[in-house]
Amino acid sequence: MNITLRVWRQPNAETEGRMVTYGVENVSEHMSFLEMLDVLNERLTLEGDDPIAFDHDCREGICGQCGVVIDGQPHGPLQTTTCQLHMRSFADGAVIDVEPWRAEPFPVIKDLVVDRGAFDRIIQAGGYISVPTGSAPDAHATPVPKTDADMAFDAATCIACGACVAACPNGSAMLFTAAKVTHLNLLPQGQPERYSRVAGMVAQHDEEGFGGCTNIGECTAVCPKGIPFETISFLNRDLLGSLIKGNR
Amino acid sequence: MATVSLTPAKKAARSTVALKALMAVTGLIMLGYLIAHMYGNLKVFSGRASFDNYAHHLRDIGEPVLPHTGLLWIIRVVLLVSVILHAYAAIALWRRARVARGGTKRYVSPKARRGVQRSYASFTMRWGGVIIALFVIYHLLHLTANVIAPGGAAGSPYQRVVNGFQIWWVVLSYTIAMIAVGLHLRHGTWSALTTLGANTSAAARRRINALAYVVAAVITIGFLLPPFGILLGLVK
Repeated sequence: MNITLRVWRQPNAETEGRMVTYGVENVSEHMSFLEMLDVLNERLTLEGDDPIAFDHDCREGICGQCGVVIDGQPHGPLQTTTCQLHMRSFADGAVIDVEPWRAEPFPVIKDLVVDRGAFDRIIQAGGYISVPTGSAPDAHATPVPKTDADMAFDAATCIACGACVAACPNGSAMLFTAAKVTHLNLLPQGQPERYSRVAGMVAQHDEEGFGGCTNIGECTAVCPKGIPFETISFLNRDLLGSLIKGNR
Repeated sequence: MATVSLTPAKKAARSTVALKALMAVTGLIMLGYLIAHMYGNLKVFSGRASFDNYAHHLRDIGEPVLPHTGLLWIIRVVLLVSVILHAYAAIALWRRARVARGGTKRYVSPKARRGVQRSYASFTMRWGGVIIALFVIYHLLHLTANVIAPGGAAGSPYQRVVNGFQIWWVVLSYTIAMIAVGLHLRHGTWSALTTLGANTSAAARRRINALAYVVAAVITIGFLLPPFGILLGLVK
């Protein structure tokens, strides 16, 4: 198949970017979206052009590195990571728009690569449990109700790709923050820091300049891991709880 | 970092989530008032005496514990405070969101401007809120102060209502405002309950959304029955 790409090209953070059009011929429908970009980049390199910069790592949908906005939708038309999106999802002759995540706390570094350091700082503000590591405890030493374990695990599958922010009309990172809070606050190990965690992570979320959540749900609709919408209500409950119980 | 010394409670109180909760609670207070207001309006169908007696009764509810018009003033103060806090939270979050999303022109691609699954109502919240605020001023000048009196001013509340809603453009202006209110309540009811923590599962989500549709429909239709009843000559 032959396609036309309109790609956001921006040499660095300081320079203005623009959309540049490239024709890509003889694309196999079995290629992933990133492999198609690899093919284009090989050609650009041979032609002495600067290859298109994009983040990627595992290419099996588990690391959270890749992610671009395809036709206005984070990760494109399927609810999966960009690396797991294949060219068969597009029609022959399609014109495909490719842009970086857009949000004030995610500045563009180059082309399609953005700085997601804001997520790291939200994690540093409480996305952990403060216990010394040692030998692994017995698996049955701390019983966890099945429903809590299931929901905590669903939340823990967040790979921090940032698609939720890129999709949110408010540029909010509430789904990401809520996934991390829900994951730890549902489990016994998370209880000692329950309220300082949620308050600290939300404070850092706001500090980074992310917007507030208006419960529109675009985030969960594009999330490649299907992080449940209810994690945000879970975060809200704990945040409001910390107003009363968070005085230490 | 400046926030290091704050307790979790203080950090939480300054967060966008607390601001959203404030918006949710004040919104629900106003929704409660709308339901009571709609109940009063519908008395227009039981005639002049019933409607005017109800309007006068509102002034002496609670006497002698409360002074004359005491409850009315309590309601007015609570509503005014709610409106101010609701608007304050909305404007603060609106400004934050505008910056956070990277300006008004976000993606060059025009292909997903309507989003993936978002409701039409969710697009109307901010400007719809402004329209509703302007309508409330117009409505108070019309039927409370009677400064604007299309169809003629009157001492009787019943007569004021009937005089006004015999005119098609008055009914039209109220209809537009009630549609804005309906859309605001469709997303607002859902969003308020979710912000306060009620969205606990897919089933809960379906229930809250169904409730939001019912609330929006009942309020919109309930408020439009009297104006259309009068316009069509069912109430004279």
